[in-house]
Amino acid sequence: MLILQAIIDGILIGGFYALMAAGLTLVFGVMEIVNFAQGILVVLGAYLSYALYSHLHIDPFLGLLITLPAMFVVGVVIYWTMIKPIKGDRVIMSLLTMFAVGTVIEGVLDLIFTSNLVQTTTSYVNSSVQIGSLIFPVIYLLSFAMAVILLSALYWLLYRTRFGRNLRATTQNPTAARMVGIDVDRISAFTLGIGVSLAAAGGMVFGSTNSFDAASSYDLISRLLAIVILGGFGSLSGALVASILMLVIEDVVAVVWSPTWGQTTFYLVLILVLLLRPQGLFGRMAVRAQ
Amino acid sequence: MTTTEIAPVGAAAPEHVPYRPPRAVRYGATAGLLVLLIAFPLMFPNPTVTSIGVFTMIYLVAAIGWNIFSGFSGYISIGHAAYYGLGQYTVALITIHAHLAAGWGLFGLLPAAGLVCALASIPIGFLLLRVRKHTFIVLTIAVMFIFQLLAFNLTALTNGSGGLTMPFPTWTGDFFNMPFYYVGLLCAVVAGGVAWWVRRSKYGLGLFAIRDDEERARGLGIKVTRTKLIAYAASAFFVGIAGGLYAPFVGSVYPQFGFDPTFDLAVAVLVFVGGIGTLSGPVLGALVLIPLQQYFYLQFGNANLYLIAYGVLFILILRLLPGGIVPGVTKAWRGRLVARARARQELAGAGGTGQEGTGPPGGTGPPGGTGPPGGTGPPGGTGPPGGTGQKDSGPKDTRPGAGQKDRA
Repeated sequence: MLILQAIIDGILIGGFYALMAAGLTLVFGVMEIVNFAQGILVVLGAYLSYALYSHLHIDPFLGLLITLPAMFVVGVVIYWTMIKPIKGDRVIMSLLTMFAVGTVIEGVLDLIFTSNLVQTTTSYVNSSVQIGSLIFPVIYLLSFAMAVILLSALYWLLYRTRFGRNLRATTQNPTAARMVGIDVDRISAFTLGIGVSLAAAGGMVFGSTNSFDAASSYDLISRLLAIVILGGFGSLSGALVASILMLVIEDVVAVVWSPTWGQTTFYLVLILVLLLRPQGLFGRMAVRAQ
Repeated sequence: MTTTEIAPVGAAAPEHVPYRPPRAVRYGATAGLLVLLIAFPLMFPNPTVTSIGVFTMIYLVAAIGWNIFSGFSGYISIGHAAYYGLGQYTVALITIHAHLAAGWGLFGLLPAAGLVCALASIPIGFLLLRVRKHTFIVLTIAVMFIFQLLAFNLTALTNGSGGLTMPFPTWTGDFFNMPFYYVGLLCAVVAGGVAWWVRRSKYGLGLFAIRDDEERARGLGIKVTRTKLIAYAASAFFVGIAGGLYAPFVGSVYPQFGFDPTFDLAVAVLVFVGGIGTLSGPVLGALVLIPLQQYFYLQFGNANLYLIAYGVLFILILRLLPGGIVPGVTKAWRGRLVARARARQELAGAGGTGQEGTGPPGGTGPPGGTGPPGGTGPPGGTGPPGGTGQKDSGPKDTRPGAGQKDRA
């Protein structure tokens, strides 16, 4: 029963990790950049929800109506000011640039919110629903529902709209996409905006379920990168499966063995899987670069 | 063969080849720098200043070590803190369990710290080096976190989050930092010597070939796995030594400060800012950035303004000198030399004969100063170098994009 509970917890938590990881993998798929600032952007989203809730008493889920567009703009601005001017090796340079951007955001957040741990404690954070002997925390149920809605919207956007078709074309071959008249820069800027908004949505839940400060971003980004690599860089469905898989494994190990070993297993699984499938679970084999 | 890195000397080389000063200048500058570094704590014995010096030395050793692998082979590791922490724990555990007294004797443990790290790095490197690019980067981060979590969890050995406390040396006052500084400097000199040897050796050429095109290097008969693994172990060795210096200096070891994700990034940043894959880049990066960072830190305290200042500075450097300071400056200098040679040539051309001399061809192109060569001119830095005019540049790499090589 404990194990069943752990599996359910893992799936529910995996839902909002999937949101953040989807943002990361989407951005990589379109422009081959590793958004190393995704961790601190999640924390930024968490702080925005926290500030809206504690100062204006706006419910964090409702607050998404404000934070998502705001973070979308942040993403677009980052693209035009930071990513677009990059010359040379994009994978490495973007990683370093986004790290630098992350450092600045971290400094600003630390300055505004200090390094005291905070948490968005809404009235329903500690309530839960009990079915039989299984316990479902309300916040996890709500966030899972939100993740499902947002990810469905994302899939609809990608597979049912003109924008999505352009985006997928850019993922497959940016040069060819440019040749048939797709504005690759605009698509890229929008994609980064979407990726950062997803980080904010994930951050809202993260801020409601964990106490956090700006330094939480290092732990977050390494988990997210591990998830995205496991799923296969650039693969959306890979990211979704990998988030749920990883969180379930972590929670089950935590119950069966000890919580302290849960996270270690998380990274061990990553390394073991990659030894067998270097391209990740759902990744395509990289075409030889150069 | 891809040998563009070994730059031909003189102004006649094409613009994309970084300028390399004459040997006398290079050796003289190195010796001068060494004398300055030796004299530094004697000139400024203030403990605040010398402790900045010690941190600079620790990062200098780590940066040179990191560059031997990541800079020369092109495999970027953001997980070398695994060895930084391992070095710290090695020194701390040996000191505690062997009941060693604090003092000069602890520096004898540095080779042990390095060796433990090098040994640990061989199986890890064997696993990690099967993947490339961003996957490799992320796996190195994962390994670092595994080490950190192990340090948290194996409480019997590491005392978990409580950390380990080391005995403090009895040196006092102005003298306290001196031994750490000079031993650190010695380690940096050794690391620099190894990097210098690798850079010049046939083995190093193999590493550069892997960086440029691993499949082709394999095709040419380079044992790529072994070559990469040796460099990985060597860099782990020096990063471990840096950790071994840090632990007794601070007097304690904690999982989150030993296996520290910000250390990884800091070292990568130093080397990138200085110029990755060059010999002087890591040195320059460490000598400029670490004092600056420590100064910001002391100046702004915990307000984290220093994070902002540091981040902004890093963005500026990435934007203005994307290859790092050393390649940026040397390339600009080469551009000047070429422009000057061209101007001279045009002058000679105007004098009557109009005959192409020994310099680079193409009097028609505007002498573009430090910028990229003008569009109308001769085979420029970005396109594939055509075979027409490159009489004096030796064997050429004719693949497209060869001009971007030093940035890979």
